Amino acid sequence: MAKIPKPEQLSKIDLEPKKHWSQFPIDIRPGMYCHGAKAKDLKVLELPNARDWSPAEEDWKLPQDWKQTVLDGIKERLEKYRSFHIFMDVCVRCGACADKCHFFLGSGDSRNMPVVRAEILRSVYRYYFTPGGKIFGKYAGARELTVDVLKEWWYYFFQCTECRRCSLFCPYGIDQAEITMIGRELMNLLGLNIGWITGPAANCYMKGNHLGLEPHTIKSSIEFFLDDIKDITGVKIEPTFNRKGAEILFVTPSGDLFADPGTYTAMGYLMLFHELDLDYTWSTYASEGGNFGFFTSMEMAKRLNSKIYAEAKRLGVKWIIGGECGHMWRVLHQYMDTFNGPADFLEQPVSPITGTKFENAKSTKMVHVIEFTADLIKNGKLKLDPSRNDNLIVTYHDSCNTARGMGFFEEPRYVIKNVCNHFHEMPEDTIREQTFCCGSGSGLNASEDMELRMRGGFPRANAVKHVHDKHGVNMLANICAIDRATLPPLMDYWVPGVRVTGTHELVANALVMKGEKERETNLRAEPLPGKGGE
Amino acid sequence: MGIAFSFAAVIALIGLAFIGVKGLNLHFLFGAIVPYAAFLAFIGGFVYKVVKWGRSPVPFHIPTTGGQGYSFPWIKQNKLDSPPTTIWVIGRMLLEVLLFRSLFRNTKSELKHGKLVYGSEKLLWLFGLIFHWSFLIVLVRHFRFFMVSVPLPIKIMEALDSFFQVGVPLVYLTDLTLILGVTYLFIRRVIMPQIRFISIAADYFPLLLIFAIGTTGILMRYFIRVDIVGVKQVAMGLVSFQPVAPGSIGVIFYIHLFLVSALFAYFPFSKLMHLGGVFMSPTRNLANNSRMVRHINPWNYPVHVHTYQEYEDDFREKMKQAGLPVEKE
Repeated sequence: MAKIPKPEQLSKIDLEPKKHWSQFPIDIRPGMYCHGAKAKDLKVLELPNARDWSPAEEDWKLPQDWKQTVLDGIKERLEKYRSFHIFMDVCVRCGACADKCHFFLGSGDSRNMPVVRAEILRSVYRYYFTPGGKIFGKYAGARELTVDVLKEWWYYFFQCTECRRCSLFCPYGIDQAEITMIGRELMNLLGLNIGWITGPAANCYMKGNHLGLEPHTIKSSIEFFLDDIKDITGVKIEPTFNRKGAEILFVTPSGDLFADPGTYTAMGYLMLFHELDLDYTWSTYASEGGNFGFFTSMEMAKRLNSKIYAEAKRLGVKWIIGGECGHMWRVLHQYMDTFNGPADFLEQPVSPITGTKFENAKSTKMVHVIEFTADLIKNGKLKLDPSRNDNLIVTYHDSCNTARGMGFFEEPRYVIKNVCNHFHEMPEDTIREQTFCCGSGSGLNASEDMELRMRGGFPRANAVKHVHDKHGVNMLANICAIDRATLPPLMDYWVPGVRVTGTHELVANALVMKGEKERETNLRAEPLPGKGGE
Repeated sequence: MGIAFSFAAVIALIGLAFIGVKGLNLHFLFGAIVPYAAFLAFIGGFVYKVVKWGRSPVPFHIPTTGGQGYSFPWIKQNKLDSPPTTIWVIGRMLLEVLLFRSLFRNTKSELKHGKLVYGSEKLLWLFGLIFHWSFLIVLVRHFRFFMVSVPLPIKIMEALDSFFQVGVPLVYLTDLTLILGVTYLFIRRVIMPQIRFISIAADYFPLLLIFAIGTTGILMRYFIRVDIVGVKQVAMGLVSFQPVAPGSIGVIFYIHLFLVSALFAYFPFSKLMHLGGVFMSPTRNLANNSRMVRHINPWNYPVHVHTYQEYEDDFREKMKQAGLPVEKE
């Protein structure tokens, strides 16, 4: 594995390019990319050109007719996506997006300016699909598609986390996430995905979740949490799995069943739902809220997403609650109903505890667990003791997808402020709709691309450092499973001393449960403030 | 390279008109045929492009949300940046098209002693706005040439535009602000590294062309007087389809007209089509209501899925052992 430079070295970044982007050679550098997709995963997913390959080698084992495949692929997508078609034509290169990308701010690499990441594809579009490009060639910013261009695409489409920050600032709303998604679809026509995406996607397709947890393992993982909860709170919880006739199906990212600190978030859900005596069930088949298909192609996203409605229908539930996750919620909010709806076999979600009708989910019938909890708190249905979180000085990281693909800002803040006494916002240019990515979204959270991740996460970490220095912030709250997996190493690298938590972990720590014993520790088995330790 | 090429192209256009009119006396070509052809190319190209975009569907509901979406009644929404309904989408689009809302958000990121700082950067927004609005007003003012009697709104516009009552003839503010705007947009492309090294000829050319159009217009109005009656004849001839091209007007007019024709003809094949595209951009012109109203994808097709039955077949024994319910024993 490539060695990561020290933070002092990595933060020496020159944001002023010295020559035109097209004059920089392409340097496919270890630490900045992920391993290639494996043949076995591509086969499971029925994707073309299934073979083992390595980006480090000269020969990427492309199919014979790769060029025509790509050009046909572009043509097809111009005809299928108005977004793509317009975004190929209307950019004026005003540069407003240039310094908005976390990868540019963390690397100074011109091709990481969103405008250039788009130009690398646009230049080929001009050459083959526009009269100006055909006639004037390079003077019109057009160039031929070659193997080198293809490698450039691959390298930079997998240095974009589809966070949409650029699209917020673009005067025409040009969304690099959309261009990257289509660029990656083109890559997938040639079998050029990364292993960190196709592996989880293949797992999800066959086993229901990215981690490849089999049904009995899901059950035993959760039972393990239940033991911990019993030790900490004295409360015995008995959730159900694949239960027909439950009112609600609960779907969350499988990452929360697997590794800290996501596991504490999962414990939070279990405790909250138990306390409410909620009539809900987990599913081992629809055991993944996240969607790595979304980082592959629209078709793959739809194939993986289909399980949620299919399972809701099979179990005969009335509606669905979704856990804390970023891209999962972009898919649920903006795509699921279109992909796999209409969900006419479900009912408009109504909270059985408060009677609140979730108007905003009346077609999709899927409610964000944070909305669900915010409504409970607003209606005084939870007994909360925020002082149990008094050792935490919290800030909140908006996930890109819930921010710019949903407009979900106040709900999580309302919940956090009700369960914590110490909360400080990061600078306004780095939160809410302007939030910075964790640097590892869209399937880039592998270990071999750690330098890329530390660079991409630099702006986020920088803002955390600001509140860490100013207010002593020591806990970074979020509502995203990828954040929970990727922010801890980012914090250790840039801002040691700040830890990461899901929001429902904070809720569960503050939640005073019926019949609980005097709690001594939080969910992490650390002494509660004022109890032992200090 | 892009600058030199674009500069040469604009000079060549000026030279072409100058030689054509002054040397070869091709008044009718430059005063009637070229403008008609350019106008046809503009209309035809514009419509072609918009129809082509329109034929590509919007398969998914992908607004970029810039503020709090529709939620509980007790959570304050930002209806303009995260519009819940079509009315608010129209509001968002008006802000975008008329006032460049998104560009107004612009910041400048700088790295100072290992710390990223984000400063306000409104100059692009300001000069962009000045440039576009000036261009629009100048364009609309020109309608006086194409009408027998000048309509009142244009008279009012002219009166406001020459508010300061300076010079003979009165100086139009927008003549100056158009040049100011286009000059700023050009200079920032040359001096700001982040912009310079993403720019190509297709960025410099329209700016230089518009600069040349503005300059020839100003020269004609304030410095090199042309036969204004002749100009009106040409304009009226064009709109009444009885084109005339008097030789008495002065070559500067024909150069101006030729440059404008070049801009019109170039327009639909260039990035200038952002004029049309901004209205059709799916990240801006959709409501953030996709969990409330189902968005239909016209090409949605059935896909291969791994069904629950197949899943249970894979894991039935393990499920039974773990006490998980199964459909088939």
